[in-house]
Amino acid sequence: MSGKMRILTSVVVIGVVAAGLGVFIVRGPGPLDFAGGTKVALADYRAGKPTGVPAKLEKASLVERGEYLAKAADCMVCHTKPGEKEYSGGLSFKLPFGTLYSTNITPDRDTGIGNYSDQEFLNAVQHGKRRDGARLYPAMPYTSYTFMTDEDVLAVKAYLFSLPAIRAKAPDNTLSFPFNQRWAMIFWSAVFNPDTRFTPNTSKSPEWNRGAYLAEALAHCGECHTPRNLGFALDNRKKFGGALTAGWRAFNISSDKATGLGNWSDADLISYLSLGHAPGHGSASGPMGEAVDHSFSQFAPEDISSIVAYLRSVPPVPSPDLPATTAPVAPASHKDGVTADARGKMLFAGACASCHGWSGESPVSPMATLTGTWAVNDPAATNVAQIVISGTKRHTPDGALSMPAFGNAYTNDEIAAVANYVTARFGTKGSKLTAKDVAELREQTAE
Amino acid sequence: MHMATVLTINGEAKSFDAPPDMPLLWVLRDVLGMTGTKFGCGIAQCGACTVHVDGKAVRSCVLPVGAVANRAITTIEHVGSTPAGAKVQKAWLEAEVIQCGYCQSGQIMAAAALLATTPNPDDSDIDAAMAGNICRCGTYVRIREAIKHAANGKQS
Amino acid sequence: MNAHHNVSRRTLLTGGLATGFLLAFHLPLRAAPNEPVQPPDVTDGKFAPNAFIRIDADGGTTLVMPQVEMGQGIYTAVSMILAEELDADWSKVQLLHAPANEKLYGNPIFIIQATGGSTSVRAFWKPLRDAGASARAMLVQAAAAQWGVEPASCTTSKGVVTHKASGRTLAYGALAAAASGQTPPKTPALKDPKDFVYIGQPFKRLDTPDKVNGKAVYGIDAIVPGMKFATLAQCPVFGGKVGKVDDRAAKKIPGVRQIVVLDDLVAVVGDHMWAAKKGLDALDIEWNEGPNAKINSKAIWDDLRAASAKDGVVARSTGDIAKGLASGEKFEASFELPFLAHATMEPLNATVHCKPDSCEIWTGTQIMARVQSEAAKAAGLPVEKVTVNQHLLGGGFGRKLEPDMVVAAVRIAKQVDGPVKVVWTREEDIQHDVYRPVYRDTIAATLADGKIAGWKYKIAGAAIIARWLPPAFQKGIDIDAIDSATDVPYEIPNVHVEYVRAEPPAIPTGFWRGVGPNNNVFAVECFIDELARKAGKDPVAFRRGMLANQPRFLSVLNLAAEKANWGQPLPARVGRGVCLQPSFGSFIATVVEAEVDEQGEINLRRATSVVDTGIAVNPDTIVAQVEGGLIFGLTAALYGEITIEKGRVQQSNFNDYRMLRINQTPKIEVHVVKSGEAPGGIGETGTTAGPPALRNAIYAATGVALRRLPIDRKLLAAGKKA
Ligand code: FES
Ligand code: FES
Repeated sequence: MSGKMRILTSVVVIGVVAAGLGVFIVRGPGPLDFAGGTKVALADYRAGKPTGVPAKLEKASLVERGEYLAKAADCMVCHTKPGEKEYSGGLSFKLPFGTLYSTNITPDRDTGIGNYSDQEFLNAVQHGKRRDGARLYPAMPYTSYTFMTDEDVLAVKAYLFSLPAIRAKAPDNTLSFPFNQRWAMIFWSAVFNPDTRFTPNTSKSPEWNRGAYLAEALAHCGECHTPRNLGFALDNRKKFGGALTAGWRAFNISSDKATGLGNWSDADLISYLSLGHAPGHGSASGPMGEAVDHSFSQFAPEDISSIVAYLRSVPPVPSPDLPATTAPVAPASHKDGVTADARGKMLFAGACASCHGWSGESPVSPMATLTGTWAVNDPAATNVAQIVISGTKRHTPDGALSMPAFGNAYTNDEIAAVANYVTARFGTKGSKLTAKDVAELREQTAE
Repeated sequence: MHMATVLTINGEAKSFDAPPDMPLLWVLRDVLGMTGTKFGCGIAQCGACTVHVDGKAVRSCVLPVGAVANRAITTIEHVGSTPAGAKVQKAWLEAEVIQCGYCQSGQIMAAAALLATTPNPDDSDIDAAMAGNICRCGTYVRIREAIKHAANGKQS
Repeated sequence: MNAHHNVSRRTLLTGGLATGFLLAFHLPLRAAPNEPVQPPDVTDGKFAPNAFIRIDADGGTTLVMPQVEMGQGIYTAVSMILAEELDADWSKVQLLHAPANEKLYGNPIFIIQATGGSTSVRAFWKPLRDAGASARAMLVQAAAAQWGVEPASCTTSKGVVTHKASGRTLAYGALAAAASGQTPPKTPALKDPKDFVYIGQPFKRLDTPDKVNGKAVYGIDAIVPGMKFATLAQCPVFGGKVGKVDDRAAKKIPGVRQIVVLDDLVAVVGDHMWAAKKGLDALDIEWNEGPNAKINSKAIWDDLRAASAKDGVVARSTGDIAKGLASGEKFEASFELPFLAHATMEPLNATVHCKPDSCEIWTGTQIMARVQSEAAKAAGLPVEKVTVNQHLLGGGFGRKLEPDMVVAAVRIAKQVDGPVKVVWTREEDIQHDVYRPVYRDTIAATLADGKIAGWKYKIAGAAIIARWLPPAFQKGIDIDAIDSATDVPYEIPNVHVEYVRAEPPAIPTGFWRGVGPNNNVFAVECFIDELARKAGKDPVAFRRGMLANQPRFLSVLNLAAEKANWGQPLPARVGRGVCLQPSFGSFIATVVEAEVDEQGEINLRRATSVVDTGIAVNPDTIVAQVEGGLIFGLTAALYGEITIEKGRVQQSNFNDYRMLRINQTPKIEVHVVKSGEAPGGIGETGTTAGPPALRNAIYAATGVALRRLPIDRKLLAAGKKA
């Protein structure tokens, strides 16, 4: 196919797809539509201050305020390749149609954002438009950040510009056709980016509004926890109903009692968000562990409470594939309870039992307790397998807690076996992972 | 940051200064000079650092001291004063289990904890209790034998 | 402490082997813990006839250990040999570790003071027997003189000299002073092995009682008053240097005392290991990775494969290889072995106190004197200003044949005021090992009338000997790398063996339990199995047919086959594999039985070894060494591989450098054959036997001829065919 033909075809293909999907989906609800009520312009809202920084930072410098907001928006994790300098980009995102690399957002003029004017920065963060006019892929959650106020976005910019400039060019994206046609994102964006700033809801409490701003505009919870539609945009009909993202299962955080947060106490939610652990609910790992470490754990306590208040209001969306209850403590003896999967048991005995216990209650730390956790209750065993593969390292107030990565020395068969054993012994249903499933999970997280 | 911590180790109250996140292993070895408990990996994969906390085998390399106040800790230096520990030590010598010996503090602690709860362990019990303990010298065959001897009091 | 060492050194230097007082440093074997150094005994009334024996007036018998104890039971074996010829009272025997002194305690095989290569009993068999017999002769002479009788009319047993005719007796202790004045015999009479009372009996080990109660003191357990604790990071890329270090965060950590930055490593010194470790984690270190940052496993293998295609130096040539390779059907195969880390259970460590004019070291090493001289260089001191206190080793496996850990610790300690214990994390230990090198061995052989007519064998790999013991590296041949390749037991008319030296770039390589025979026994025994199959013969029968003139090999092979139920039916995908090896002066046949499941995973079912190691000094230790050696070798076959990417080792700890565990360990039987021959080595024999026997079992079970370790499960999943 000639270059021209190819472009032409892609225009047609993408145009048709986008138009078709657009008609079908574009009327899908926005992220805050579920709340109903009356909205007012931010400037007219008097009941509280949903945007900006918490009270203790009101008087802080622009850079300090920007730092708080940058952490709340969790910019660093995506814009840092492990082992490299913070914010210097290069982290890869494996998508079904190729690999994207995050960009350098340090103030380096050649390879970073050093040349961005305020307006150009706003364009990027709120509209998904690069300085050179090119369109950003929605791996950058500008459809969430679009709700941020200009003031907050520019505070983040001030913070980023206070960092040392790092010269680091991210690798080129390796997307396949037609997804490598950046300009096509114009259509995507037109359809899926609400492109509005946050508008407070006067029917809700000020706390709720603050929570909504933090959760939707900054923390972009929905990017992982809301399932996507065919157009790869968030399907807010199932808001916070849980989704598979980057090879990990982001669980249901709607207020569904059985499979969402409906039965979690406020204290549980506060603990989980600020410490990455709630007694009886396990510990955050993978992307959520990172979000806790780098973002939520830095939130002011009142901001955490606001998010909790907001989460509580999200309508229940059941996850039909998850058992409605978690399993009780497994028997103390290896002989009782699940006996299937001899290989899984053998591996568990050698590499896992000393920390997790045969009962699932860790003799070492409540953070390593498996009993009651969603991960072991997920019959797809996605997160169990992922943690076994890549380990987890959590920074907690009383020190780092970590589990080593077993992915490099254990075969896919072995990882499947141990995940199946663990979910059967400590969860309600048990998984049936195969080596092939594990290989696919590895693919999705390979860095 | 450092706080005086009091732990009950081998029946004695021991007081020392250590941050609460410090693993018990280093308190034992470097603060209290009790070097019988060994460092092998630091990530709960080898078992060399095994001690008893309330009678259960626990990896001290990942156990923050802050988590064990008010709990009874027993180490290899004292396990011989428990009935199971004494049996295990005797069986270990009779079966001539030990080679370099570096892993054996942990092996003995794990085996003693096993026998205390399971006086007549079968092979699968031994696997379940001992598979977390690596022996680089490869004494596994004799560990299995010795545990069985310790259990039924047989001479090797 | 130092004064004592000065005395001891002078005495040793001036005294010489025969008459010098025996002044050694106590290993904390029976001493209180944390007192590794006891004052040397220089009082009168002792009998110190040679470097190995000292008898007190009360009969206390101290035996000096020229070889280090790292689990192989050598303290007990050495003691048994000495006590045998001395006719010592076993209940009075105490052990001391020898000081660093190459002249007195050098290993007769290596010349230097080293413990390794399964040489201890082989090398010291004669010298220790001589030492014991000579001392015994002097004690008898002293007694005979006192009684005015002929020495020949006296006998000895359990530390007592008896004059049969008169029934008079004198204990060794009572004779100690008088015996010191006797002249040692020129050639002491040795016992007839049939009269041995200790050797050959299953003796309880002397080092184990303190290992069940936490009292045994390893190098890592040394406690020196006032010491600090340190841990270190070396550049992750081999040969790289430290660039910038930002220590602001590290210095804020409670308990961190000092950051030591050297050109190639950074260490954090603290009040305990935890502070040091947290401090190290908090450092922001920029490394200058240097030219090696591009090295990777793939390139290393490409290079090695290219090197192995070249002609090598001829190590052996018998018959006419051209003729041999021209007769019959020709087969060829190459076998590849990976880099391996040692992962001794006790991570690398050394405690060092450097002062301006002296340096004292507490550690466990396989090369005490070399450690002393290398430490002296690092400290900038004359050798005699450096004291090495030898401790028990929590595993050696060849890792502690290298002085690097002590050298690094001395360099750090030079910057520290007071003693410092430097402990490697497991990650640092694995990522800065001195690795078993990669090898590629290629064999071309011909089969004529079901027998091997020609055998051309080429080894390609590093020459460790050239670095480690340069005088032994002659004419381009590494005697270790070719060990067990030039002396295959089979009767083959035309044999040609070549060696190609191929050093991997920048990756340090060294000895690893099993040493040279590891690669050669693997290649030879795997290929013999392949040839047996080509010849349509049973692997044991095929071997048997080439052993007509090798009675010791033949008998261990036959017994192993019998004990392992060779030939009896097995379920599907279960196989038995055999390995016969000439290594370390022992004759060993091993059969491994294994199952390969549908996914290609291996279940070890059973291992049987038959061992003819000559006179078995302590038979139970021999059994234990073979059991442990097999597990060590099988672990490597199943899991062992160090890989390199971007100039750095990718493995780090037991989560990604796996070890066989008790629930995977097969039933192991070891049968020791009675023999009156001089003892062979044993510590490494199981290690070399395990991998080929397992591989051959897999070959039998699946028909897949693996040619590379570790075992690749992907090749073994059901449905794959050879
Ligand atoms: S040191 Fe604790 S398990 Fe290895
Ligand atoms: S005896 Fe050496 S590691 Fe177990």
